[in-house]
Amino acid sequence: MATEAKRVTDIGPPQYEQFLHPIIKDNYGKWLYHDSIKPGVLSHTGPAGTIFTVRCASPRLVSVNFLRDIMDLADKYSDGYFRFTSRNNIEFLLAKEENIDPLIVDLNAMGTLVGGTNNAISNVVHTQGWVHCHSAATDASGLVKAVMDELAEYFTSEKLPAKLRVAVACCLNMCGAVHASDIAILGLHRTPPRIDNNALPNQCEIPTTVASCPNNAIRPTSIEGKTTVKVDEDKCMYCGNCFTVCPAMPLADPLNDGVSIWVGGKISNARTEPMFTKLAIPYLPNNPPRWPEVTDAVKKIVELYAANARPFERVGEWINRIGWEKFFDMSGIEFTKYHLDDFRHAGTTYRRSLHNRY
Amino acid sequence: MADDLKTPLLDELEKGPWPSFITDIKSMAGKNDYCKDLLGQLEKSYEDKRGYWKHGGLVGVMGYGGGVIGRYSALPDEFPGVSHFHTVRVNQPSGWFYTTDALREIMDIWEEHGSGLTNMHGSTGDMVLLGTRTEELEPIFRALTAKGWDLGGSGSDLRTPSCCVGPARCEMACYDTLAMTYDLTKSYQDELHRPMFNYKYKIKMSGCPNDCTAAIARSDMGIIGIWRDDIKVDQAAFAEYVDSGMDIQGAVVDLCPTGCITVEGKEINIDDSDCVKCMHCLNRLPKALSPGDDKGFAVCLGAKAPIVEGALFGSVIIPFMKIEDGDFEPMHDLIERIWEFWDEHGTSRERIGEFIERISLATFLEGIGEDPSPKMVKAPRDNPYIFYEEYYEEEGASASEE
Repeated sequence: MATEAKRVTDIGPPQYEQFLHPIIKDNYGKWLYHDSIKPGVLSHTGPAGTIFTVRCASPRLVSVNFLRDIMDLADKYSDGYFRFTSRNNIEFLLAKEENIDPLIVDLNAMGTLVGGTNNAISNVVHTQGWVHCHSAATDASGLVKAVMDELAEYFTSEKLPAKLRVAVACCLNMCGAVHASDIAILGLHRTPPRIDNNALPNQCEIPTTVASCPNNAIRPTSIEGKTTVKVDEDKCMYCGNCFTVCPAMPLADPLNDGVSIWVGGKISNARTEPMFTKLAIPYLPNNPPRWPEVTDAVKKIVELYAANARPFERVGEWINRIGWEKFFDMSGIEFTKYHLDDFRHAGTTYRRSLHNRY
Repeated sequence: MADDLKTPLLDELEKGPWPSFITDIKSMAGKNDYCKDLLGQLEKSYEDKRGYWKHGGLVGVMGYGGGVIGRYSALPDEFPGVSHFHTVRVNQPSGWFYTTDALREIMDIWEEHGSGLTNMHGSTGDMVLLGTRTEELEPIFRALTAKGWDLGGSGSDLRTPSCCVGPARCEMACYDTLAMTYDLTKSYQDELHRPMFNYKYKIKMSGCPNDCTAAIARSDMGIIGIWRDDIKVDQAAFAEYVDSGMDIQGAVVDLCPTGCITVEGKEINIDDSDCVKCMHCLNRLPKALSPGDDKGFAVCLGAKAPIVEGALFGSVIIPFMKIEDGDFEPMHDLIERIWEFWDEHGTSRERIGEFIERISLATFLEGIGEDPSPKMVKAPRDNPYIFYEEYYEEEGASASEE
């Protein structure tokens, strides 16, 4: 009879050095410079030589089948060494320059694309959506697939003015942290939670539920002798924080859930400081499987930016230069009352100067 | 794939140039009921425009409070294969580097004990094993730990620290992001696996102000590389850029935010006293320019997404510090001062950024024992509502002093 291995805990992740290619190990901390060979291909050079990186797209939601195919290619071309990027691309780390083109041929044959470097749209950071999340207002993987099918040429080329980062989050919890992307696609609910008064007293702690609301819209109440809560619907902004602490307050509403589009955020400090994304389109319908209204809107913004921004200007830098009034004018996107902030610190977004373009 | 499964809506997502997650899941659908019923339920979501997952559920492995996210189908009779569909977060290696041998072992474990679907990687950085049953959790944990892997964080705990590619493949790295990620993760296993904080605490490490891990936006504690001395210039390499015909004026000089670059002939001059280390010129001229020798990092606290009080970027709390001789003790000391003060004075579900906004930066700095600096603000206050703590009393003697 096999004896079960002793149960161990708290060992942490494996030490990373064992996963580093020998050239990387030898150049660790001593890299001199990098070069861009072509879209999706970089070289990094240090005293111990050069390593070539080939970057390919990944849906992020991938199976063992996909990963085994990737690993077969890593064995064939990159000595079994590879890595993932912070935007979920896959990078093969090649010692031999002559392996670059055959690897790209094989990657294309397996149905993925090589690119995502420099002035490209890199992979789309995104969330779980209907594939795995209880609070999703839209799907994430499907939206990414639909949008990137339209924008694939900007992944495989470097023809944009600067890098362009797209992110998708399927609700306001923003596991995809879309609040600082060049273009953000954000799923949202638009109606207050529907309270299950039978389940709530058993499932939820009333004080925690009341305290969860950032707008004090939730109050305790009593219905047929049972303590539950009521929502002041005029104050509710559908953030879903109550649902996070109280499962009996779901927000999903197929008729009203949808997608919003945000623009102009950035993370890096290059040239200008990091910026939040700002609202461009308050609502587009959920129209699976290909979300044509969303893909159309995103593509138009990308093309407008590509045609008008100066070299190295990120989307937010471009809009700040031309002014928001011109952005709305050029894009044809309607400016509505929903674009006016009414949450904390809203006043900091009001135009408090005469610096307007007429 | 299973013959009886019809997914006309999802099939539309098999078209087009971008790699299709549907084609991939279908390749698994003949292998297990998880994938078959996941496709069935997802097709129904696409028809009905809503998700069909229940709200959470407390499941995990023995002795841990985090690392597993409970997930149950709201339609278990219709889709029994996903009646349980829990997520296992596996702590990724620093910098997301793998060998095929190591990742194949995990894939074998996962195919035996779960759906075979993954996220490479989750938003916080973990390798996410997507979809398994409660009774499989302990066997998965034992199999993973036997191969040297452990779970990541979830809930109100230290979330799995993650970092950029750093000195492993980037000439811009100002500190060893991989080593620090490994050290902090190993040093705080208890905080990672057993939720006891007010709320989540994410740490991300980027090697330079390009911030490839989005530490300034996505981590409660962003540790971002920076240098203090002059940018190192290789004039010969710069001359090669000039000779190559590059538009140095338009692409570099004119875009410097502080106008501190001048070019005469084939020579570049930088007034480093005005440089804000934005990285633009280094990004454009990587062969000619590199960060200085006095390298370290800044620590920014408080970034988060909107829930609850609005989105925040991290604020500079430590403008500069460095790790000497691989001794991470000063970093541990800082982290523990921060956690102790937040633990004592923060409220439930209050992120550190919201906590600092509520109690004020001045109070927070006093609480963790750091001195204020103009490097921590965009500008001094523009209102006169100052809480003076020192004042004179009638007799002329100086009174309150702390």
